[in-house]
Amino acid sequence: MSQRIPVKDLTDSFRGRAVGALADDQLRTNFRVAMDSLMKKRADAFPDEHEREGLRELGNHIKARALSQLPDLLEQLEAKLTDNGVKVHWAETTEQANRIVHSIIEAKQGTQVVKGKSMVSEEMEMNDYLAERNIECLESDMGEYIVQLDGEKPSHIIMPAIHKNRRQVSKLFHDKLGVDETEDVNELIQIGRRTLREKFLEADVGVSGVNFAIAETGTLLLVENEGNGRMSTTAPPVHVAVTGIEKVVGNLRDVVPLLSLLTRSALGQPITTYVNMISGPRKPDELDGPEEVHLVLLDNGRSGAFADAQLRQTLNCIRCGACMNHCPVYTRVGGHTYGEVYPGPIGKIVTPHMVGLHQVPDHPSASSLCGACGDVCPVKIPIPELLQRLRQENVKSPAEQPKVKDGGAKYSRKERVIWRFWTRLNTSPMFYRLFLWGATRLRKLAPKNVGPWIENHSAPVPARRSLHDLAKAHLNQGDR
Amino acid sequence: MSARSNILNKLRAGLAGTTPRPDEFDEKLVTEPWQYAPEDRITRLRSLMEAVQTEIHSVSSNDWPAKVQQLLDSRNLANVLYAPGTGHGQQLAEHWQSAGAKQALLAYDRPIAEWKEELFWSVDASVTGTVGGIAATGSLVLWPDRHEPRLMSLLPPLHIALLKASEVEDNLYGMMQKHNWSAGLPTNLLLVSGPSKTADIEQVLAYGAHGPKELVVLILEDC
Ligand code: SF4
Repeated sequence: MSQRIPVKDLTDSFRGRAVGALADDQLRTNFRVAMDSLMKKRADAFPDEHEREGLRELGNHIKARALSQLPDLLEQLEAKLTDNGVKVHWAETTEQANRIVHSIIEAKQGTQVVKGKSMVSEEMEMNDYLAERNIECLESDMGEYIVQLDGEKPSHIIMPAIHKNRRQVSKLFHDKLGVDETEDVNELIQIGRRTLREKFLEADVGVSGVNFAIAETGTLLLVENEGNGRMSTTAPPVHVAVTGIEKVVGNLRDVVPLLSLLTRSALGQPITTYVNMISGPRKPDELDGPEEVHLVLLDNGRSGAFADAQLRQTLNCIRCGACMNHCPVYTRVGGHTYGEVYPGPIGKIVTPHMVGLHQVPDHPSASSLCGACGDVCPVKIPIPELLQRLRQENVKSPAEQPKVKDGGAKYSRKERVIWRFWTRLNTSPMFYRLFLWGATRLRKLAPKNVGPWIENHSAPVPARRSLHDLAKAHLNQGDR
Repeated sequence: MSARSNILNKLRAGLAGTTPRPDEFDEKLVTEPWQYAPEDRITRLRSLMEAVQTEIHSVSSNDWPAKVQQLLDSRNLANVLYAPGTGHGQQLAEHWQSAGAKQALLAYDRPIAEWKEELFWSVDASVTGTVGGIAATGSLVLWPDRHEPRLMSLLPPLHIALLKASEVEDNLYGMMQKHNWSAGLPTNLLLVSGPSKTADIEQVLAYGAHGPKELVVLILEDC
């Protein structure tokens, strides 16, 4: 494995982490291999372009329709779920959501929690919150479990441990679980299975995310391949689902296209091994299933994005991960460089609303705007367009009232003045000629310090003669 | 102000002056690409499920218990979990008695709390019914109820599912419409499309993550 650059690696910023990640050959190989294979799987799962585009259009329509009546659908969902015996809670902040989850566990005097994969609980940093209150909260998705065991965060929303290879996992299991090292992936998974089954058995509460919440029937739909989601939602006496307010859809039939788009875009599978539709707690005469089911609906900045019709499209996201799989930046810098829960293109458009642009000032610009993300997004979020919008919000002055949380994080008066000058210069021929005349004559006075440019380049010095000049001379020669 | 009203108020403010979009759900998009001649449905379901390591056998609706016995024998398993309150459960029990099968028949007939530990660690296999199959995606539809609880299809390392050949539909949308799902769903409706699996380490596919390591589907031909 190559050496990271220690000084840069300490920098707590996207740029600093990117430098470290780019120098890590192992990491880059792990991502390159994984993303290539995920892209191929997706392509193979959509052999018919016509079918794919029709379905994406429908996916976009369903989400846009749901958002166009979001408050009503949330109320309908709440009413239906309540009828079905599910308790619904609302949280504006992650702190509120954590408090709700904690109080549910406390009421049962619970000490052990198992968690199925849930990005929203990552958003809440639920594991840490509960650990501080002496409640063990264990990840049960194999990838998440591996990541948690190593004290890390997921680096991909679908494949949390994609940055690790089997040797790294083997070493981790050996160190933390005391088992023999093995490079047999099957063995490694069986070790995880045995360890976690014990936990499923003991857990007082199971926590899960939600892929789609169906207002019409009051149903929480979860997709997964491993069975840990079913375990977490069925084996413990209490099930707590946490989800963002944007996950609600109107009708049951709406999930048919969304499901197909989700599993094909994410993993290239026609469907996941399990599609788990939960519509209530155990009925009095039933023999298993949780006696209590709770749903926590989390806002955490979503209503902020919702307030703007363009930025609202961010909330179409069904968290398939395809945009990151196809992103040239993500593939090179990896998920951890983003420093936040959601990496890659979706992370760049959703995170600013959650944590504010001050915390992630480089997010909107960490993109080549190649457009791959928007092209593959199953619900047709125009990600490049939203990135450009965020770039604008990012440099707005306070007087321009940025529309995004902590907008104007990169606003600089100096830069604004320079741009104004530049605009004038390029829109007034006379001014332009004058400047050209001066720049070529006074070239020795060109500034030496031109910011980050000179980190890797020498400062530019204007040429003795301008291109205009040279062209004119050349043409005159031709005339003769 | 409660979190609920704060959130709803903010959302309503964002929608001020707009009207909900009309429903333009085009069902052709989720049905037309996924239609099969009746004789092809099983073939399609079979090939998709076999591709994810599901074992499939066609048997007659009278003989399937013998097939179950054979599957357990060949794997040297000690017991099998069944649902005594269902028709197929009774059929299995009758066969077990008359054939003198050697595996213990475990009835799921009491609340989980009474035997959780045993269910988690000591059950080798289970037999459950299904309410149908889906050709487009190679899926089984399970409708657990008080007679056939949820964990039956999850905990044992081997899950044997019975699927009536006549109950395989073209696609999920058709299944939903035909059985009018939106009028009422069970506590936990499931689509199962293979044994439990994961690709979380280096994207290498491994079966038997947390649920069954093996899924066997017995397709029952009506006779
Ligand atoms: S933005 Fe689109 S492509 Fe990216 S995760 Fe969300 S739905 Fe998938």
